[in-house]
Amino acid sequence: MNARTASEPTTMKNRTTSERKSARELVVTRTINGPARIVFEAWTKPELFKQWWVPKSLGLTLLSCDMDVRPGGKYKLVFKHGASEPMAFYGRYTEVTPPSRLVWTNEEGGEDGSVTTVTFEEQGGKTLVVLTELYPSKKALDAAIASGSTSGDMNETFEQLEELVGTLK
Amino acid sequence: MVQSTHARLDASFAALSDATRRGVLEQLGRVDASITELAERFDMTLTGMKKHVGILEEAGLVTTEKVGRVRTCRLGPRRLEDETAWIERYRRLWDARFDELEKVVEQLKRKEKGNERKDRK
Repeated sequence: MNARTASEPTTMKNRTTSERKSARELVVTRTINGPARIVFEAWTKPELFKQWWVPKSLGLTLLSCDMDVRPGGKYKLVFKHGASEPMAFYGRYTEVTPPSRLVWTNEEGGEDGSVTTVTFEEQGGKTLVVLTELYPSKKALDAAIASGSTSGDMNETFEQLEELVGTLK
Repeated sequence: MVQSTHARLDASFAALSDATRRGVLEQLGRVDASITELAERFDMTLTGMKKHVGILEEAGLVTTEKVGRVRTCRLGPRRLEDETAWIERYRRLWDARFDELEKVVEQLKRKEKGNERKDRK
């Protein structure tokens, strides 16, 4: 009985949650099977970051990825979907505290851009990742959501995902 | 179908024909608010504001939710449905992303273990 309970976590997929925590905030959480040190490394080394940030199911190609991970350092990611024009996402890191905390700005959205804070909390060899996107106003977050849902179609189309990615990075 | 659309339009126009109610919508576009806050802001009695919010709610322009003793008003409900769907898509994107991250972390863990073994020799 005990052995069975103990073996369960390895077979069960970790759950990802998302919620609009306040008028200006979106929060995503997920536990990753690995120490915070390694999760932080995968998040801050470009050659590792490139391997996971753009899941294949998105249908996007990452054309370039420049990351200067230190306080004040800039980043710039350029994506392409099919024959569409490339999209650039950029900003700068404002806090880099290995292995527990990372904060960056999202400047492609201009004044309405969000600030992303990621915290890594290690518990028994696993890491709880909490990602918060703080928008400057309720209106800015409403607009980000509206731009991704105006088509009214609930299908997970590429266009919608593209817009989604746009709000993320 | 056509009739219900007409009925809804009528309700919307009726709701929007009042300056206070238009003001309430504008205010809720900026930030969610309780009936008490709205009453204060528009210098009105609680009963008066309840009536206005009721008309906006009937027209589907506003939704209210009672938590404890406070009734919070926000724009909705159409927007709310959209928002729920969007947040679910947002979750799925992150879920896919974290699944990939987990694979990278797994590789790094294995590599580290391999190095440890080598170090011991």
